[in-house]
Amino acid sequence: MELLTNQVLAGISTGAIYACMALAVVMIYQAIDHLNFAQGEMAMFSTFISWQLMQWGVPYWWAFLLTLAISFAGGILIERLLFKPLAKAPVLTNVAGFIALFAIVNSVAGLTWDFTIKQYPTPFGSSPFLGSQLISTHQAGMIGVTLLMLAGLYFFFQFTRIGLAMRAAAALPESARLVGINTSWMIALGWGMASAIGAIAGILIAPVVFLEPNMMGGVLIYGFAAAVLGGLTSPLGAVVGGFLVGVVENLAGTYIPGVGNELKLPIALALIITVLVFKPAGLFGRAIVKRV
Amino acid sequence: MTQLLNVKDLRAYYGQVQALHGLSFSLSEGSLTTLLGANGAGKTTTLRAICNMVRSTGAIEFEGKPLSGKSTENVVRLGIAHVPQGRGTFTTMTVEENLQLGAISRKDKASIVSDIERMYAHFPVLKQRYTQQAGTLSGGEQQMLAVARALMLRPRLMLLDEPSFGLAPLIVRDLFKILGKINREDKVTILVVEQNAQLALELADQAYVIETGKIVMSGNAKEIANNEDVRKSYLGY
Amino acid sequence: MSAAAEDVVTEAPAVEAVPKRAMTLGTTTSLVILAALLVTPLFVKNFIIFQMTMVLIYGLAVLALNILTGGSGQFSLGQSAFYALGAYTSAILMEHVNMNYALTLPIAGLVSFAAGYLFGKPALRLSGIYLALATFALATAMPQLLKLHFLEHWTGGVQGLVVTKPDAPFGLPIGQDMWLYYFTLAITLAIYVGSVNLLRSRSGRAFMAIRDNEIAASAMGVDVAQYKTLAFGVSAGITGIAGGLGAIAVQFVAPDGYTITLAISLFLGMVVGGVGWLPGSFIGAAFIIFVPNIAESISKGLSGAVFGVLLFIVIFLVPHGARQVAIIAQQMIGKLRK
Repeated sequence: MELLTNQVLAGISTGAIYACMALAVVMIYQAIDHLNFAQGEMAMFSTFISWQLMQWGVPYWWAFLLTLAISFAGGILIERLLFKPLAKAPVLTNVAGFIALFAIVNSVAGLTWDFTIKQYPTPFGSSPFLGSQLISTHQAGMIGVTLLMLAGLYFFFQFTRIGLAMRAAAALPESARLVGINTSWMIALGWGMASAIGAIAGILIAPVVFLEPNMMGGVLIYGFAAAVLGGLTSPLGAVVGGFLVGVVENLAGTYIPGVGNELKLPIALALIITVLVFKPAGLFGRAIVKRV
Repeated sequence: MTQLLNVKDLRAYYGQVQALHGLSFSLSEGSLTTLLGANGAGKTTTLRAICNMVRSTGAIEFEGKPLSGKSTENVVRLGIAHVPQGRGTFTTMTVEENLQLGAISRKDKASIVSDIERMYAHFPVLKQRYTQQAGTLSGGEQQMLAVARALMLRPRLMLLDEPSFGLAPLIVRDLFKILGKINREDKVTILVVEQNAQLALELADQAYVIETGKIVMSGNAKEIANNEDVRKSYLGY
Repeated sequence: MSAAAEDVVTEAPAVEAVPKRAMTLGTTTSLVILAALLVTPLFVKNFIIFQMTMVLIYGLAVLALNILTGGSGQFSLGQSAFYALGAYTSAILMEHVNMNYALTLPIAGLVSFAAGYLFGKPALRLSGIYLALATFALATAMPQLLKLHFLEHWTGGVQGLVVTKPDAPFGLPIGQDMWLYYFTLAITLAIYVGSVNLLRSRSGRAFMAIRDNEIAASAMGVDVAQYKTLAFGVSAGITGIAGGLGAIAVQFVAPDGYTITLAISLFLGMVVGGVGWLPGSFIGAAFIIFVPNIAESISKGLSGAVFGVLLFIVIFLVPHGARQVAIIAQQMIGKLRK
């Protein structure tokens, strides 16, 4: 029983990583109705930027804020330059665009900072949290920041004018235009926000998985799975999904025989998909009624 | 009386298919005009062309300013509210959020709150349901909401696409009464596209009849209503 | 985050339809291309022949994906799994059972068909992004499954298996590469013609009805479940045959040769060629084989970035893939004729 509890708790800690990533994924999905496969790479790149700033002597929190601003602007720039032209192209072409972006960002990061693993500092320290052996202060900090972001996003979407405009543009773009909303800029804004959230995710994750260009590969998939599990329309679902995925991953690795590290991912995905077969809109998502 | 909207030689296309073949008409300020026609005649296309939602050529002028080249949202911001076919309600948002969205492009935040109160006065049923999800409202209520949302823009011109669609006759009568009131009291110029010719002609001052992308008849609503061809084709007697 | 309620959506199909008339090339163009395919190997070096063979093989795999996605509207990021299955089936039959290489191919196809059909059944409930995730899981699982200890005797574990390249039959005086090329070409043509006919047949129409509007299709009496699983099966089967051919051409199979990168490459091949346009499958295959090499020759350190940039250039210029180029060419020829 103790092993189970331990694994569940450990899963919640790693789940915080996925929750963070899943938030960024849901953010962008809300804005553009697609999943951006390059999101993880963009987060990694942002993290490298913050690392570089710190190498140049910038203190942690200034580097953090500066990176957020750069990521926000970068996200908007990428959308305007690379994806606005594809707005009228078919969905699959856009997906090819995401893949291309992935390749570019990963490659440039690799060349600029090479593939050796780097240490990344945490502002929360890594001592045991409240004496527990399973959750370090950093992991507690991760969970805290993720929940804070969630609250912030909730407030943004429910109580600000621009949040309302973004929701409208994502829900019914044509109707949104008919009330005077510039839907094109709402998409750009969504990208910017997703990019900033991704940066936060990367900065929180790097101390745990260590900083290197391929650090986000697995995280992104789990982030997607978490977002889908939670229901792509629900930030709360993304966070809950993230924690659940972390737990499932850990339990699968512990209890299912023969499952080494390599099979953890497909098994976790398989379990998530099983959930989706019964609840196609995810745990917190809205059931989509398709009208012919 | 000035012409609020001037449409000259409007041709509109869906891909390679031409839907409007040189439409010309104008709306004088303060008027309530109805555009009648059968299914597929081009009524909806006309409204969409005004808002630049479909590819078109020709000259459209609003308050003397040309609309060509402007994005839909910029046309709307000039003061043209468009209640589309099917209402375009934000079904997942509350009634109040829908009204707030109507005013989202306005800068005068204080008046928006008072305007919402005015909408509740025009449409009491909306006040009852203001925290409800718009998708749970009945058809008639959603139509009221759509009109209210359009009014939140404080538009100079309101375009309505088949507001009577799918609604019971009594509700349509109520709705049209409100439209008339808005036209007279709030001085909003209105263009109503309708298949339901009888009620529309009772409501409007002016009328146009459109067939296969061209205007075939225009004039005073009463005259059009008494016109024999119109009576046979659209009024059923 | 409002209370759970229903969203009513009238969705545009995620995969756009290719007009039936435009689904293949015209007769003259086809004959010209066929002639080129038949004659070129006589004039080029063995390595080029080998590359042409690979284009045909990958082209088959992309074609299979085109049937699945462009035909029946189901996304799959998991084709590498079926490719691997076919490859290993051929390799194991050739090396452990000493079966003739040609005979292994129909078996590889059948095994993959069965796998695809079996996968398609539970996948029925999934669509769009959910199906993509499920197939993604399949693709990532495959290399790991191939490395499993208890299968090692057959699969060769992490090192894989070496496959013997066949000689030309009946002692014909042509090299192995050239023979393999014509052998592959024959199979490719057969499958290509078969696929075109499939998409033109009643089943093909059923596929496309499902792709365009699943609910309407089912309301019209199309057995959606049966056709969707059939599409998965056929697609997997063709991919399996391609995998088998690939194993023979490359002369070995190993788990890390069939990763998610392969699945993503096949997907890109489909997009570049033009989704749903069967001839484009081979153009897409050429893209995914040659462009990464070109990228690496331009800049070794930034090869990924160069590839990404080239990909962007292609999708900016022709968002609908090579099919768009073909349409433009067709229009220009039409104008010249007048």
